[in-house]
Amino acid sequence: MSNWHKVCRLEEIPPRGSRVVPHGAGSIAVFRAADDHVFALRDVCPHKGGPLSQGIVHGHRVTCPMHGWNVELDSGEACAPDHGCARRYETRVEDGEVFLAL
Amino acid sequence: MDKQKLVVVGNGMAGIRAVEELLKLAPDLYDITVFGAEPHGNYNRILLSPVLAGEMTLADIVLNDLDWYKNNGITLHAGKKVTKIDRVKRLVIADDLAVPYDRLLLATGSTPFILPVPGKDLPGVIAYRDIADTEAMIAAATNHRHAVVIGAGLLGLEAANGLRLRGMDVTVVHLLDWIMERQLDQAGADMLQASLEAKGLKFLLGKQTEMLTAAPDGRNAGRVGAVRFKDGAEIPADLVVMAAGIRPNTALAESAGLYCNRGIVVTDTLQTYDPKIYAVGECAAHRGTAYGLVAPLFEQAKVCANHLAQHGIGRYQGSVTSTKLKVTGIDVFSAGNFTGGDGTEDIVLHDKNGGIYKRLVIEKDKLIGAVLYGDTADGGWYFQLLKEGRDIGAIRDHLMFGDAFANNHVGDVGHAGASQAAAMADTAEVCGCNGVCKGTIVKAIREHGLFTLEDVRKHTKASSSCGSCTGLVEQILASTVGGAYQAADRSTKPVCGCTDFNHNEVRHAVRSMKLLSMDAAFKALDWRTPDGCATCRPALNYYLISTWPHEAQDDPQSRFINERAHANIQKDGTYSVVPRMWGGLTTPDELRRIADVAEKYKVPTVKVTGGQRIDLLGIKKEDLPGVWQDLGMPSGHAYGKSIRTVKTCVGSEHCRFGTQRSMSMGVELEKMLFGMWSPHKVKLAVSGCPRNCAEAGIKDVGVIGVDSGWELYVAGNGGIKTEVAEFFCKVSTREEVLEYSAAFLQLYREEAWYLERTVHWVQRVGLESIKQRVVADAENRKALHQRLLYALQGTIDPWLERTQGVARHEFAPLPAPIDINGEHHVELA
Repeated sequence: MSNWHKVCRLEEIPPRGSRVVPHGAGSIAVFRAADDHVFALRDVCPHKGGPLSQGIVHGHRVTCPMHGWNVELDSGEACAPDHGCARRYETRVEDGEVFLAL
Repeated sequence: MDKQKLVVVGNGMAGIRAVEELLKLAPDLYDITVFGAEPHGNYNRILLSPVLAGEMTLADIVLNDLDWYKNNGITLHAGKKVTKIDRVKRLVIADDLAVPYDRLLLATGSTPFILPVPGKDLPGVIAYRDIADTEAMIAAATNHRHAVVIGAGLLGLEAANGLRLRGMDVTVVHLLDWIMERQLDQAGADMLQASLEAKGLKFLLGKQTEMLTAAPDGRNAGRVGAVRFKDGAEIPADLVVMAAGIRPNTALAESAGLYCNRGIVVTDTLQTYDPKIYAVGECAAHRGTAYGLVAPLFEQAKVCANHLAQHGIGRYQGSVTSTKLKVTGIDVFSAGNFTGGDGTEDIVLHDKNGGIYKRLVIEKDKLIGAVLYGDTADGGWYFQLLKEGRDIGAIRDHLMFGDAFANNHVGDVGHAGASQAAAMADTAEVCGCNGVCKGTIVKAIREHGLFTLEDVRKHTKASSSCGSCTGLVEQILASTVGGAYQAADRSTKPVCGCTDFNHNEVRHAVRSMKLLSMDAAFKALDWRTPDGCATCRPALNYYLISTWPHEAQDDPQSRFINERAHANIQKDGTYSVVPRMWGGLTTPDELRRIADVAEKYKVPTVKVTGGQRIDLLGIKKEDLPGVWQDLGMPSGHAYGKSIRTVKTCVGSEHCRFGTQRSMSMGVELEKMLFGMWSPHKVKLAVSGCPRNCAEAGIKDVGVIGVDSGWELYVAGNGGIKTEVAEFFCKVSTREEVLEYSAAFLQLYREEAWYLERTVHWVQRVGLESIKQRVVADAENRKALHQRLLYALQGTIDPWLERTQGVARHEFAPLPAPIDINGEHHVELA
């Protein structure tokens, strides 16, 4: 069972950007797309473990800064022709407050 | 609402390519039905020759197997011949089927021209067009001995070579006096003929076929037995391959009343005279030309798909074509007008014993045609020059010796060689950055039906990092896909998949429409994606801020992380920090602070860089503002597409050989350029005498002091491919060094494409043109200098700003998430 957790205000994440949330031994990248959709992925690229939070966000995708893999923000899946998946977390935004299911 | 119906007649490379392009743009717009006369999926017709030669199998050349049609929801009628189009009821009729259409795409290809001679219908007389013909030839080769190929064009010679390799006794008959007359001049053709003869082929030139006669009684009774010529001579033939040319297959279109004239006549949007009906490929006549090569067909398919997808921005304006013969071990290349004529000149290299022939046809300082035999390594480069219509006046003396020589590349020769790519072992590494070997690339090309460099980069990562193996990857593509490959035309290539505009067009729009923000640019330029991608956003951001300094909005989210964090990301996600040391000079105080920082933040690695400064590696992102604060030194911009360093030697301040004060000159230059963003990184060096200890010869701008003043060198590069800087000019004063350097760099900032180093920009536009505008034109030089100074006015050190709280969110992680029941979250992952 996962619980909803309060992360931050929506405006604390830059549009087309991300913030890093500490979680256990690793981190979670919380992304905000230009259309204000919020997504959360484990901050580890399925390719070589690069920090996805540091990538360029475009549409509902992020490009890993390490070797340019593109990862779908809603599923965590790498875009073809690459294969792999970053763990995703449910998010919701309520009254400008961002929540994460952990 | 029901989807619109698209029917495609023709299941070949052009038709299916158009469908593929359409699926990329608008996957759900149409219900698609494809008719194909052959009972297969789509295959790479160009590779029938390697199949015939036994170098590949049929399975190797399939581009789209039946699953592909199924997975994309396409109805395929393979082996069904369309007999009629009812344009009034909008129906396509094939045997017992009648399929309605909203849009119809004709890609019926071409039919071989069969000589109208008696005996043409005898068994054993075939054309060379499809899998069935290829199989017939392979079968004939196992049972029969004498083959005659009529027609010595590309296809005829490839057929003859394949049959010879399969053990037949092959004679090539040609009406004209030399072979491949549409691609080669006589000198080149004679050399080609000699090497084909050495492989065992026989040639009968200037021979007109009168009739084909049946074999007398015996094992082959009723089958073709001989070819008789007008002059009375006769040769035995158990197999006759007609390869005397192709004709656009327009029968269906004509019967439907569509206007045809040596092909189905189409507009620049590939529409026929009935705008609901499109035509692409060998069946289509565009501006009077029906293309028989694959590269133009792909260009047509792209435009056609764009129009079918209702984007309507593409326009096909014809293609310049080049050809390559696919006979293993023989390299022939030709492009453009190679026969010349009034007002043209030839440059010819003819080494008969060496087996090399090259002819370049020039008209008014432009290359208009090329024939290469024996050494085709530079075919791609000549083709590029030809298509771009570049002025070759400046490199004319060296043109014949190829790209590597003419452009003074060092160490590029091996990377460009066609023969090298073909001869490489499958296990040989091609891409040293990503560890990709040749076999992996070839396999990806075959399995995924790749045709472009971009595709190969996506699938294999080869040449996607530093790019130095690009030439080699292109050669592997060329040798694997044959004539289907056409080197991308860099000058017209779109910035990325988000737009059809190229770098020049985007730049021009930013200036002429005064675009000041990312969103304004996306809107004005009709970007296909809502907010671009990781390729176009940094480019666009640079174009905005470089064109409109102090006015355009810099968008940090469109910058690569290094430029957003003002530090270099490392493989483990930590960062490296390189404080600026003007001209490579430092002080005990600075060194002490660096040492203190290294201890305080437990910096694991401290390294002296090649740019005469100190790198602190392994710093956590959240520590960056603190590190900068404690250092109290400005950013070294070691992370940016920007001014990096000005390297200096000791110079006459201390050195007994020095003629000029190079250290202070370097400091002045570096202070002038501080904070300068540019298309790619920019490095300078200043040496105090011609011994050049600062290595100014491999810098974007290199300054060398001489007794009477300073020599300026530009466009050097010490990286991926070492490029020696070229002499730019000589000046006498320090003020001039500043002015000329600034003007050169400002022109680079205004004109180069994003991620183009100075060397590549200079090669593209020509050093002469730059000298004209910077050295010769004093007024322009001063204006450029002023524009750079204006752009850099009021530059604030980004590190200082950030220690004062700018972009704090970039560096501070969020606090641990709070369980909304109020409990602090401490669960371990």
